[in-house]
Amino acid sequence: MGKNEIEAVLMSGNEACVEGALLAGINFFAGYPITPSTEIAEGLAERLPRVGGKFIQMEDEIASMAAVAGASLTGAKAMTATSGPGFSLKQENIGFAAATEIPCVVVNVQRFGPSTGLPTSPSQADIMQARWGTHGDHPAIALMPASVQESLTLTITAFNLAEEFRTPVILLMDEIIGHMREGIVIPRKGEYVIKNRAKPTVSPKEYLPYGAEPDGVPPMANFGDGYRYHVTGLIHDETGFPRGRGSDGDYLVRRLVNKVMSRLDQILMVEEVEMEDARLALVACGPVARSAKRALILAREQGIKVGLVRPITIWPFPEEAIKAAAQKVDAIIVPELNLGQIALEVERNACGNATVHRLNRVDAELITPDEILAKIQEVK
Amino acid sequence: MAMKELLTKYTRMDKLPHIWCPGCGHGIILGSVIRAIDRQKLDPGKTSVISGIGCSGRAPGYMKFDTLHTTHGRALAFATGVKLARPELNVIVLTGDGDCAAIGGNHLIHAARRNIDLTTVVFNNYIYGMTSGQYSPLTPHMKLATTAPYGNIDQSFDLCNLVTAAGGTYVARGTVYHTQMLIGLIAEGIAHKGFSFIEVITHCPTYYGRRNRMGDAVDMMNWQKEHAVPVKAAAKLPPEKLEGKFVIGELHRSEGPEYTEEYQRIIDRLERE
Repeated sequence: MGKNEIEAVLMSGNEACVEGALLAGINFFAGYPITPSTEIAEGLAERLPRVGGKFIQMEDEIASMAAVAGASLTGAKAMTATSGPGFSLKQENIGFAAATEIPCVVVNVQRFGPSTGLPTSPSQADIMQARWGTHGDHPAIALMPASVQESLTLTITAFNLAEEFRTPVILLMDEIIGHMREGIVIPRKGEYVIKNRAKPTVSPKEYLPYGAEPDGVPPMANFGDGYRYHVTGLIHDETGFPRGRGSDGDYLVRRLVNKVMSRLDQILMVEEVEMEDARLALVACGPVARSAKRALILAREQGIKVGLVRPITIWPFPEEAIKAAAQKVDAIIVPELNLGQIALEVERNACGNATVHRLNRVDAELITPDEILAKIQEVK
Repeated sequence: MAMKELLTKYTRMDKLPHIWCPGCGHGIILGSVIRAIDRQKLDPGKTSVISGIGCSGRAPGYMKFDTLHTTHGRALAFATGVKLARPELNVIVLTGDGDCAAIGGNHLIHAARRNIDLTTVVFNNYIYGMTSGQYSPLTPHMKLATTAPYGNIDQSFDLCNLVTAAGGTYVARGTVYHTQMLIGLIAEGIAHKGFSFIEVITHCPTYYGRRNRMGDAVDMMNWQKEHAVPVKAAAKLPPEKLEGKFVIGELHRSEGPEYTEEYQRIIDRLERE
């Protein structure tokens, strides 16, 4: 093969996630075996020591999230991967990382729940957990890939966002994307952007570890670089130390949320298909968006003007895209593999400008294009 | 080093006075850890002190190192991440009997099993102090606590035996009464390559002593003096003479492969291939 030809490789979404993490510069992974995410841990157990990185299988999911946060504090680009019940267990230390502004990536290959559920079956029922899974107000960034290729590229994006915003970023995959095999192109150096956390430019004496503008991201020193600073999950002021004042809580919680919400243009990714003349919009994420795309083609063949809005960034929710769509179309259909979670956000943002119709499956199967087409015919 | 120099070098003076109750033994442990660090001449810029939640969890906040006050019970799991990601750092974990033996029990077992080079100091005051006096896994049988108003029917357990059985390679017990010995035990733990574990018997006059009619802080330290049996003396005593007592000193020491070194060997091997 010539040097300039594109090389396509066949792999699963979980394997593509591993490739994306390596391209992003991962050097620490801690995890715990759980279906259907385990291939990510297996892949990194094999690959990380080959690039001088560290892999550890911890004693449980809680510990793996903790180890990831600890490693990131020393400057490592750190990630964990899990599914369903494991994502529930990680919530405690996801909250810690959000409160203490520790960059890290958490992959949740969604599986059918609640509880042990159907471990090898797909689901999109962790959408709200990705937003509100840990207690207290906190920022949330979550991305949903719809293909194996996107599993790779969004893993890189997840690392970049984590580093830029100093916050945990959730890659919300699912069993279908995780286990599906597709031909993908692994980007070459220079074809993707890598971002790294900002480091302090001042001496340890002048360093304020949590000093930032009200919507800012403070520079982060590595443990072991001589800054000798304090990190706590207690509400802290700019020095990093707790003072127990409600006013510090007000300032910190607002800043944590605002640092994300004030830079939506850097975070929000939405794919729109044939929305220009659409009278009816589909709002779908992940693998369901693939069925929706097919249904869109079938409907247009029948002369029904259907468009698709696919949130790639699911948190923060792309409110403006939905608001704009609702002003344009008469009706919105929200197909999803749960009993209605994305629909809640769509209904909220439609502001009554379009009717919102739900299409839900919770029988461990993907919603088919025909089902979406039938719903389109019913609604139009 | 004189006390003032020690304080200036290793503590965040502006964070003092500490939040612990009058008479609490935790300050003695904090002082002992600092003296042990000084004895081993650790580079303060290359030393991380990590804690969980509870009265013990507040200790690192007073110490001038990279300090990490984590979630309840998880200090050892965070510390494992710090140490594995950057093995050249000295990592010291300060934890309590509830933090380490109850909610963090699993992390303790597995950190010991891996023999990862961490030094763990347990502030064992037999009670949950921060939440005002509930029984912990180390509260003795039939002692009183707010959640054991009729006596604690749980059996307590011996953390040092647990860590030895799990694979820890340096295990010791001290008290806040025997301060010189305690500094030595912690210093040895820091010097030891592998998982080091030092259980420190301390006192909570506010929530444990008062409820169990053990007198004031001085009485409780006298209790430590009267009930501690040095390891050499204990070896000569029949088991019935040790009933109700506890053994202090170095309880176990062995050699074993250290986790981060083992991992580095794999990296080196792959690099050669």
